[in-house]
Amino acid sequence: MSAPQSYWSNRSFPEAAKELLADSQIRRNVRHATDVIQAKRNRVVGELPDWEALREAGSAIRAHALEHLDEYLIEFERNCTRAGGTVHWARDAAEANRIILALIQSHQAKEVIKIKTMTSEEIGLNRHLEANGIRPHETDLAELIVQLGHDKPSHFVVPALHKNRQQVREIFQRELQLPELGDKPEDLCAAARAYLREKYLRIKVAVSGANFLVAENGAVCIVESEGNGRMCLTLPDVLISLVGIEKVIPRFRDLEVMLQTLPRSATGERMNPYNSIWTGVHEGDGPKEFHVILLDNGRSPILREAEARQTLKCIRCAACLNACPVYHQTGGHAYESVYPGPIGAILTPQLHSMEQGRTLPYASSLCGACYEVCPVKINIPEVLIHLRGKVVEQDQSTLGGKLGAWNIGMQAAGFAMGGAGRFTLAQHMGQLAQKMFVSKNGFIEHLPFMLSGWTQTRDLKALPQQTFRDWWAQRESAASGPGKAEKGNHDGE
Amino acid sequence: MASDARSAILGRIRGALRVPAERDDAHRRSTYEAIPRNYQQTATKPGEELLALFAHRLEEYDAGVQRVSSNDIPSAVAGLLGHRGRKRIGIPDDLPSVWLPTGFEFEKAAAFDAHQLDQLDGVLTGCTVAIAETGSIVLQNAAAQGPRKLSLVPDYHLCIVFASQIVETVPECFARLDATAHLPTTFVSGPSATADIEMTRIKGVHGPRFLDVLIVGD
Ligand code: SF4
Repeated sequence: MSAPQSYWSNRSFPEAAKELLADSQIRRNVRHATDVIQAKRNRVVGELPDWEALREAGSAIRAHALEHLDEYLIEFERNCTRAGGTVHWARDAAEANRIILALIQSHQAKEVIKIKTMTSEEIGLNRHLEANGIRPHETDLAELIVQLGHDKPSHFVVPALHKNRQQVREIFQRELQLPELGDKPEDLCAAARAYLREKYLRIKVAVSGANFLVAENGAVCIVESEGNGRMCLTLPDVLISLVGIEKVIPRFRDLEVMLQTLPRSATGERMNPYNSIWTGVHEGDGPKEFHVILLDNGRSPILREAEARQTLKCIRCAACLNACPVYHQTGGHAYESVYPGPIGAILTPQLHSMEQGRTLPYASSLCGACYEVCPVKINIPEVLIHLRGKVVEQDQSTLGGKLGAWNIGMQAAGFAMGGAGRFTLAQHMGQLAQKMFVSKNGFIEHLPFMLSGWTQTRDLKALPQQTFRDWWAQRESAASGPGKAEKGNHDGE
Repeated sequence: MASDARSAILGRIRGALRVPAERDDAHRRSTYEAIPRNYQQTATKPGEELLALFAHRLEEYDAGVQRVSSNDIPSAVAGLLGHRGRKRIGIPDDLPSVWLPTGFEFEKAAAFDAHQLDQLDGVLTGCTVAIAETGSIVLQNAAAQGPRKLSLVPDYHLCIVFASQIVETVPECFARLDATAHLPTTFVSGPSATADIEMTRIKGVHGPRFLDVLIVGD
């Protein structure tokens, strides 16, 4: 039922992470990139006095859309069709691949141009097309680097952030036959521009994902930086957009929230260079044929339980990756999943009915940084705990599982997370207890007992003296006090 | 077959959400209306400050900015095109001819194919609305703007923005766009750029590498 992930191995997170932790080049590249994005993000988020209100609205819009998902999908389908688009439905990866291949073949196309789309990565579209004699060209610079390097994306906003400029140069020199190419980012960019421009002008079928579908008028919205998206959306005759069913929002004006929170969270810009919004087909402007494929592929069961459902609010900004101390250390590949980082740790196992990625819910120290930055307020630690509970439930059917350390740890965690009061208490106890282990630099270098396996390969950032919850409670009471003037610093400090 | 997938997916969603057999439209509408929207939705800055903010944001994106009065549009256009060394300029078919200076080749290019557009030195358009807070220009396939590819393929874009078209916030922009939301729409915030290599922002990848904006005080 769910997607095959053939080229992602089935290794567990600890196994894959061990290998990546040994690669200091990757760690340096990841650290540099995430530091830069985070600093930019903090600056442009900090300047907005209404950031928390935007998060609140964004969260409520996404939650509402999910609660009425069937209705909004039908409304989107009706309006997209009325505007001249064609809507297809795909239960799983195989069905989506079949539909897309048939559409491309019906136009006798041998090549397609693509905009970065995680859904296509999820269904393994490129491999399916190649196996059927069709050549997909990635046009996003980072995706091009990944594709030419026969590599895998490690981040979903900056997929090649694990590569530095020398590595990119080597790939381009080899794959584009440009032995003289320099290693300045400008040179590398110019090489990509020249290589792709010819393709934009020639290739007649494009494949994209989408950031948002608008039920009210059937509009589709794509945000991007380079203009490769606009090329793919406007020059070809045929456009095929593969979109997860959860991407629908009720009304056009809801974009006024998303288009503030997404760019600031994703790339740390007030607005990314280009946003495209269109409905169906438009005479004399853009493709003559437009198809939307609504992809389920394991999403609908995630709606069942309220704790888990919030996973689908995600707008794929990757802020939680950039903020995550575990991701900083391992990079994206350790997750062995199309969706890495904290969101991957909760999304991947659920998309696979808890049969794959079972170690991912443990790939977190539950520090809560992901929740603090999430523009739609997904409580990732809560979902992680919920999923750990499921893994333990599955394990408890075996005796070995019953006595395993994780299991015992989980029962304690389950108790702690069982009520907000107990969670707060546990955090305070953690702050007290950790004093014994925190070294001068503020990192925890050794942990006792069963947790020691964790700190052998990584340093834990100590729990902050003031937790986010404390800070928030203080802030709330200050805000409701007489002055009410406090401007939120959204990053919790 | 296709409709099988549709009913299967909708069935799974309804099953997972445990929805009643009859969905209640009024309930959906009222819960939608109850979404908290305590974010800023109206302008707080006086006109002059607004224009200055817009100009400042554009400059931060590395766009060129110049402020002129409406009588001076043609001479300002001539100055910018001269400065950038651009001669053959594509325009939307309905671009007001009073904006155009002499001494350049302006070509109605709405019907050009991508190859023809690629041969131009640049493009001159108006816009529908602009956002000061984010330094964004919003183009639609409407008066003085033409089809989307017109402002995409040429390497240089000169955009004329009237002060009355500039709003402060993103929500005000969406309020203005509501009536024409069905038109192909592009938000442009600076020249095309990427930070995909070591997070270094590099201007100009596939879209126009150079963007100039003329702000016209009406
Ligand atoms: S979970 Fe939140 S922070 Fe992470 S990618 Fe999704 S929206 Fe962004």
